[in-house]
Amino acid sequence: MANTVHIDVVSAEASIFSGEAEFVVAPAAAGEVGIYPHHAPMITTVKAGSLRIKVANEAEEQHIYISGGILEVQPGLVTVLADTAVRGADLDEAKAIQAKEAAEEAMKNRTSDIDYAKAQAEFAEAIAQIQMIQKLRKNIH
Amino acid sequence: MAGSKEIRTKIKSVENTRKITKAMEMVAASKMRKAQDRMRASRPYAEKIRNVAAHLSHAQAEYKHPFLIKRDVAKNVGLIVVSSDKGLCGGLNTNMLRLSVNQMKTWETEGKGIQVSAIGNKGLGFMNRIGANVRSNIIGLGDVPHLEKLIGTVKVMLDAYTAGEIDQLFICHTKFINTMKQEPAMVQLLPLSGETLGSSSGHWDYIYEPEAKPVIDSLMMRYIESLVYNAVAENMASEQSSRMVAMKSASDNAKEVIGDLKLIYNKARQAAITKEISEIVGGAAAVA
Repeated sequence: MANTVHIDVVSAEASIFSGEAEFVVAPAAAGEVGIYPHHAPMITTVKAGSLRIKVANEAEEQHIYISGGILEVQPGLVTVLADTAVRGADLDEAKAIQAKEAAEEAMKNRTSDIDYAKAQAEFAEAIAQIQMIQKLRKNIH
Repeated sequence: MAGSKEIRTKIKSVENTRKITKAMEMVAASKMRKAQDRMRASRPYAEKIRNVAAHLSHAQAEYKHPFLIKRDVAKNVGLIVVSSDKGLCGGLNTNMLRLSVNQMKTWETEGKGIQVSAIGNKGLGFMNRIGANVRSNIIGLGDVPHLEKLIGTVKVMLDAYTAGEIDQLFICHTKFINTMKQEPAMVQLLPLSGETLGSSSGHWDYIYEPEAKPVIDSLMMRYIESLVYNAVAENMASEQSSRMVAMKSASDNAKEVIGDLKLIYNKARQAAITKEISEIVGGAAAVA
């Protein structure tokens, strides 16, 4: 098939679509873009919307909803890196603040300096326990 | 029959413990399979985004993302510690935290400041106990590592990097090798070096829509997030398999203990019967 382009739609949590396509329409940040085979190399952010893929040798178009992400076009290869989460500068910022606050909350009652000696003593103890158990198990068998 | 009641109670109690460890083993086994699938499912995305990032690191000349620029001196270091939320999973967290602490100690002797971001309850508790500077944390991820939950935690560290508060960013998690073997691993996230990204094929550049900067910015952010997501997914698979193995050996141990206790119990019972018979015989002889 000379006049098709390979398209991969992947998200961090799963692979969504992979196959040959004759034509792809994606909701790019600057407006919808249509991609035919042999498109020039391009990279763009994608808005939330529907991705239309005209799969080779199929009459029906495939519709995939994506909540945003990045569209990359290489010679003979289109990659859509779809977001699994709803993104936005404000949303991300809010999440960051939340994570920070959680840390501050957790840090409230703690000792001042890093006590490596104490930490390593704790490890030594834990490791010794594990080794002891393993040794015991070996002796039994 | 001195002490036989105590032994019986003890056997009962060990049997109950064994029921629990056995159940946990089976739960972990089924969760492990799912966690492994999720770990594998995240690979295509990681690979794709890595390829794109590799290409960008070579192709783009007019705008170089701060994540790609190596700083001359690394004064402050950031560390993301990925641990499990729950315990009872063998030496998983202990091994990982030992690696982190050793590394942190080295950094401190080199005079570097350390900022920590904790993913998972065990790591957070520990980092707080030893008094590390925890900048952000997320706990209670559950069995499914949703990227959405990780965004905030990672962003705090990325912002710190962009603002120059840290000059390097590392992640420490447990690498899943196979069901029986998991190893702690420390990986450098930032700055991204061209070598770790690998070389790209061809010397063409992209058309950037609408502009290079926002596209590269969001791509780099997602790339780091995907690396962290992968680490968390791998850590979860490690956690479940480690727990399964730990619980299996606990169940086996319980079985042995029960066997030993039963032997003692039967001996005590037999001794009691023998004693009783000899008493009766002795008594009968005295009467006759």
